[in-house]
Amino acid sequence: MMQELLLQNLPALLLAVPMLGAFATPLIGKASGGARNLWAVAIMLATLAVAVLLTAQVLSTGTVVYTFGAETPDLTVPADSGGIPIRIIFTVDAMGAFMALAASFVGLGVMLYSFASASRSTGQNGYYALLLLLVVGILGMVCTGDMFNFFVFLEINSLAGAALVASRVDKGVAVEAGLKYAVLSTLGGLLVLFAIALLYGQYGALNIAVIASRMLFTPLDQIALVMLLVALAMKAGAVPMHFWTPDAYSMAPSSITALLVVASQASLYGVFRVVFTLYGLTLEYATIGWIIIILGVLSMFVGVTMAIPQKDVKRLMAYHAVSQTGYMLLGVGVGLAVLGNQQLLDTYGVIAMEGGIFHIINHAMYKGLLFLTAGAIFYRTGTRNLNQLGGLGHSMKWTMVFFIIGALAIAGIPPFNGFASKLMIYESVFLFNPLLAIIAMVVSILTLASFVKVFHSIFMGPRLPEYADVREVPAPMIIGMALLSLLVILFGVFPQEVVDLLITPAAGALIDQGGYIASVLGGA
Amino acid sequence: MNMSKIVRSAANLLFPFILVFGFYIVLHGHLTPGGGFQGGAVIATGFVLMFVAYSYDFITGCIGAESLHTTETIGLLLFIVTALVALGFGVTFFTNWMLDVGPVLNNPVAYGPNPGDLNTAGFIPVMNLAVGIEVLGALSVIVLYMLSGTKEEI
Repeated sequence: MMQELLLQNLPALLLAVPMLGAFATPLIGKASGGARNLWAVAIMLATLAVAVLLTAQVLSTGTVVYTFGAETPDLTVPADSGGIPIRIIFTVDAMGAFMALAASFVGLGVMLYSFASASRSTGQNGYYALLLLLVVGILGMVCTGDMFNFFVFLEINSLAGAALVASRVDKGVAVEAGLKYAVLSTLGGLLVLFAIALLYGQYGALNIAVIASRMLFTPLDQIALVMLLVALAMKAGAVPMHFWTPDAYSMAPSSITALLVVASQASLYGVFRVVFTLYGLTLEYATIGWIIIILGVLSMFVGVTMAIPQKDVKRLMAYHAVSQTGYMLLGVGVGLAVLGNQQLLDTYGVIAMEGGIFHIINHAMYKGLLFLTAGAIFYRTGTRNLNQLGGLGHSMKWTMVFFIIGALAIAGIPPFNGFASKLMIYESVFLFNPLLAIIAMVVSILTLASFVKVFHSIFMGPRLPEYADVREVPAPMIIGMALLSLLVILFGVFPQEVVDLLITPAAGALIDQGGYIASVLGGA
Repeated sequence: MNMSKIVRSAANLLFPFILVFGFYIVLHGHLTPGGGFQGGAVIATGFVLMFVAYSYDFITGCIGAESLHTTETIGLLLFIVTALVALGFGVTFFTNWMLDVGPVLNNPVAYGPNPGDLNTAGFIPVMNLAVGIEVLGALSVIVLYMLSGTKEEI
């Protein structure tokens, strides 16, 4: 009975558990700080468990729909509604479940790491509550099947993120970064809202499946598409809308930055959901595909060239995050560009998409890991300036090992996970257009060069007198980093298993627009 | 710094009426225009009036940011727990489960023009109340924090 109840309500619990956790955190924190930390980790563990169960359910039985406020979860179209789903519906397909799994896993690592890294700051009640709310925002964005609901979770994501960016005030510098993030996110949110209004005005529905089934691609739809793409690509940090990332990523506490990376990828998921599921074959997929490819190539190249001269280690990593986002856009863009051509899709389109999607989870793992190591260095030395750091390899051995793992993974060196997804992208994109694959490889080489420089200036060299009393970071931070590096290695050693289990269904779910519509409206 | 005696007396006089009006908007949320957020905002204006009339030190001595924080949290918890209880009745999250149990808030709604019956609509009034409590705590605490940043003129 209990088990049945649990399994039936997984999509709701995925949100309800962290939301309940976030709301109760300040009350528990008032009683005791230790109890609050335990509570936050227990909630994150429960969320991860729900995400795992949900993914298993989606993979075994196909897309899961959940109707809020109905007698049964699958009552998407009430009998007296005239064939329109009037309630808010969650539509969790393999792509959404995959994103939810990645987000809750990184969330757990971040939560453990925060135990130690946030222990010296004030206002921890708010910190943990907002952290859980940020997770709620991400999970909601990737699970919802309703455009307006997507906007609501986008706003939760933005507001919680902005408050967390500003949480370490730092003489007002972090507050400025937080304000910048908040203003830009609100601007993006307004564009999304306006686009939703255009769609609603034409089709009289907010449900993604209903809009998709009625999509005509009128000029108004094209305007809506442009607004959705611009706003979501900005939130994802794609060039030329990337300018907020270095500020926000470098000023936020490192644990938050690792989660902000996932939050950006939830917006990237939004881009993919809009072009593949909402518009699908009605849009001129070759044109839009090329636009996404060009965005991707620009992001890759501009990101890495901006990263090389940086002196602040977190700004440098933020530019690399922009650069890596380009790979995902490139891979999925190639898939979109050949969407209508089944033969090309089978030859390389699907593989390119799988590479792009695989890169999402890989990026979340290794970039999260790299930001956490940067946070560990800042925690002990109090500086992020590469010119002042040096010789830390003597005293912070674990952090150094984790940094090496992350740096090699981001540069695409085997046997780490970055190699697996980048190889898929290179091979398939080469068949599509060799020049793009060459650019992608050059960017990888530049990434490696940049990280060799960072590694050298932080860890190599003689022990510096000003860091003589630097010790290794506390155990919770090491556990948080170890959790992520374990997955970085596992995904790199067994890429085929991961691709077969998670990535192929996710790419299939993106392409299969008819299946998405049928899961909500019934029939085909 | 306290404002003049006239302002303080007027604020004292108005405060209970503002509270009553605010809670009226909250509790009639399912019958008339308004609801939890609007009513909560009206109640918060009552608190803001008191903040303005009395000095920051006097106000924080009476209520303090902590108790307002707690109010906010209790409102949020009431909201989410009410939604979660629905799962226990075998229906989905956010289903109006109060319509299935007992006579509380469960009268059938009359058709046509009628004066309105408070005892209807299932858990919607409860949700309104939760939102009202949350908003009154949150808005008041925002104003209180803004006030703490101002400098006192002596």
